[in-house]
Amino acid sequence: MKLVPLTGHCHALLVQISHHPAVLRRVAAALARHHAFGSAPLHHAAVASATVCADIARYVGLSSLTFATAKASTSFIHNTDFLRVLYIVAFALFIYGLSGLTGPRTAVRGNRIAAVGMAIAVIATLLQPGEGNWGLIVLGVAIGAAVGVPAARRVKMTAMPQMVALFNGVGGGAVFLIAWAEFRNSDGFVGKPLYVAVFSLFAAIVGSVSFWGSNIAFGKLQELLPGRPITLGRPQQLVNGLLLAGAIVLAVLVADGSHSQLEFIGMLLCAAVLGNFVVLPIGGADMPVVISMLNAFTGLSAAATGVALNNPALIVAGMIVGASGSILTNLMAVAMNRSIPAIIAGGFGGGGQVEGASGAGAFEGTVRSVNAADVAIQLAYARLVVIVPGYGMAVAQAQHAVRELAKALEARGVEVLYAIHPVAGRMPGHMNVLLAEADVPYEQLKEMDDINPEFGRTDVALVIGANDVTNPAAKSNPGSPIFGMPILDVEAARSVVVIKRSMNPGFAGIENELYYKPNTAMLFGDAKSAVADITSELASV
Amino acid sequence: MLITNLTILVLAGFVGFAVISKVPNTLHTPLMSGTNAIHGIVLLGGLLVIGLSGNSTFNKVILVIAIAFGTINVVGGFLVTDRMLEMFKRKPGPPPKDGEGE
Repeated sequence: MKLVPLTGHCHALLVQISHHPAVLRRVAAALARHHAFGSAPLHHAAVASATVCADIARYVGLSSLTFATAKASTSFIHNTDFLRVLYIVAFALFIYGLSGLTGPRTAVRGNRIAAVGMAIAVIATLLQPGEGNWGLIVLGVAIGAAVGVPAARRVKMTAMPQMVALFNGVGGGAVFLIAWAEFRNSDGFVGKPLYVAVFSLFAAIVGSVSFWGSNIAFGKLQELLPGRPITLGRPQQLVNGLLLAGAIVLAVLVADGSHSQLEFIGMLLCAAVLGNFVVLPIGGADMPVVISMLNAFTGLSAAATGVALNNPALIVAGMIVGASGSILTNLMAVAMNRSIPAIIAGGFGGGGQVEGASGAGAFEGTVRSVNAADVAIQLAYARLVVIVPGYGMAVAQAQHAVRELAKALEARGVEVLYAIHPVAGRMPGHMNVLLAEADVPYEQLKEMDDINPEFGRTDVALVIGANDVTNPAAKSNPGSPIFGMPILDVEAARSVVVIKRSMNPGFAGIENELYYKPNTAMLFGDAKSAVADITSELASV
Repeated sequence: MLITNLTILVLAGFVGFAVISKVPNTLHTPLMSGTNAIHGIVLLGGLLVIGLSGNSTFNKVILVIAIAFGTINVVGGFLVTDRMLEMFKRKPGPPPKDGEGE
């Protein structure tokens, strides 16, 4: 870079600089080099300033004094284009970080890279020219950190689904509050383009649904609310439809320029009740679908906020979450062979539930109960044992006990694998997290399609707190509410041991005919103590 | 402006699909919790609205709540994800030791 023109044709160049950020950056680079090499001062402004930043500030400041057309900016760090570049860096880091989440080896780094992206995005926002109200910003961030950090540090792995639901909910809450403040600040979107109103209102509705829905999901998972479906019955869908229509009508009125805060609040209320009504009827087994759907909702509402506020970082980050959440929701729904609307419609198929329950007595055969010593002997002489964990393992926090048992078996030369159904537990990947916490090697966790062919050569399938995902009725009984759901073929194993608290049907309220098969034995008890019993019996085999 | 933003919106959607569709089941929870943290970016919205507009007292209150919510979402989300992923990362050590049988 030639430095001479800077001094020679200073003013002409300054005009150029102030209009072209690209030129500005090149000048910055040149100045940086100049300072680094410690050569003679090229301009009196440069001499006076201590840093490169200040040099740039002065050039631009001077030019704006001289030429009325130039932008009035005090420093390049407050330059809008520079801040946009920071946003681009931020979302590039999000995307790069998320792509790291595709493998367990790179995932930690990926998450941290995404966090760095977030920090950059926050800094860029705080540097916006005119940004103020620092006291309140610090207050808000301090409250958030004081609540969020300890919660995240202390939460048990078994409580992860409700934690994720809660974090998701507050995100949705922030979205609708921001939209509300926007509405109030502009007196009902006065002087804003229509699209700003439309996207703000969309964000407000979806954010509100997500906030209330996530809170209900949290309540159910935390067992503050009953986990069983709570529903108005048949009218539920009609009521939900009316609420949605109400929210949309009110939103249209507001967008049309009614300036009515009453209508805006009415819209928020409709969305809030809708959020409650959508999640209340959903039973525990459908939770993975709902949580990932609410996650997608919050993402989409954040993206809409981004369009309304004209902020590219928000748009990209929100949309990526919206897209990934949608994929995950769809994966979960496919894994249950149910459509997303059917899950949202509530209950476990409504009428089907009663049918399944009434058909329960139809099973022939008896249930064979065994004790821990019997199971220990069976396991000790097996070549391949497949452990099938379910929500019962999470509830009993039995993952460490399971790992101990697996270690004891491996010490005897028994091969141990884990069969993970995609919707086992209450959150996508729930079982994997718990088993990872217990140090189960990643390679031993097998997905459904990989493990199903293995059941044929499996000596003992040990089902721990899993129910519906092993129910053969999904394949054989077209009348069953879960008919068509892909399941783990545990019945193909030479012998099946089911650890279960009682004969009570699972969350879906469906009897499991697996328990009546001749090669199935039941070990009744709490998953954690039952597994620990087997391990101690194993020592004496 | 709208068209630019819509372009970004649509492209970001496709990027999201492309990046995420390869994630194995095992990482579904961390993925969800990681993306969960990322949508805490609404925090920026709160920062912009509180910083750049003249707000009434009521607005200040709801915006402080919004910023607190956003911060919980971001900080809590990333920390929890980090904790979970650390557990997966530990794995490369143990496997050779306890292998698979003999």
